[in-house]
Amino acid sequence: MTVGPLQLCLFFSSALFCVGLMGALSRSNTILVLLGVELMLNAANLNFIAFWRYGPAPAAGTGVIFVLFSIAVAAAEAAVGLALVIAIYRHQKNIRLQEAARLKG
Amino acid sequence: MIVAFATIALFTLAAAAVAMTLRNLIHSALLLIGSWLGIAAFYLWAGAEFVAFAQVLIYVGAVSMVVLFAVLLTRHSRADLSVAPDAARRVIPALLAGGAVLGVLFGGVLSTPLRVATPGAPAFGVRELGRLLMGPHAAALLILGALLTVALLGAMVIAAPSRREDGSNSPDPS
Repeated sequence: MTVGPLQLCLFFSSALFCVGLMGALSRSNTILVLLGVELMLNAANLNFIAFWRYGPAPAAGTGVIFVLFSIAVAAAEAAVGLALVIAIYRHQKNIRLQEAARLKG
Repeated sequence: MIVAFATIALFTLAAAAVAMTLRNLIHSALLLIGSWLGIAAFYLWAGAEFVAFAQVLIYVGAVSMVVLFAVLLTRHSRADLSVAPDAARRVIPALLAGGAVLGVLFGGVLSTPLRVATPGAPAFGVRELGRLLMGPHAAALLILGALLTVALLGAMVIAAPSRREDGSNSPDPS
């Protein structure tokens, strides 16, 4: 039950993850839901850096490598997701999630 | 040290929380860019300089532009940047689920004995990172390049207007 710097970093990333989760679940605008998912991804990256910094072998650098790959994959995910939002808007003239329940254009 | 961490964490969390509650999409996107900057500051604080610069370049530079373009491309009129308020039927379960996950995560962190090995900053510079990326992780780097190419091509194909809509001035509203 000791709260060290590693625990503080984990608290920070958990709080950020939950902010993203609440946003992704509560908003009905598709762009805001995507941004909530991006926040959750960023919170996961914070965990990697925290465990790399305070873990047993920081010289190995695995956490840093993992975060770099994760950021790249998140960038690809954001590009595809926002392209999907634009495609939905073109078909339905609306990007609310409730109206976008139909995939067939 | 701990004051800097508290400042960064409070700034990041406040920016993200306010961004998730605002009704103006542009304000939300700008606040989220501030939140991403706060995360980059955390990486700098933790001693991962290269990751911090990558975060600034990719999130603050590139993803934010894509988000702003998407916001501006999907509005109905010049003044239409605010979204309708969300129904309490969605908001209250979302807050409950988020609070439950937060409680579970905090409990898990508090009840797990974590080994903290190095109180000092690890010496891990760009040189070591480059050696790792070009040595043991070279295959992953190449696969990542292929993934990014395919994802960007796919995004262009998805977002491009279909040929049927190109021919007519008034696309059918189906």
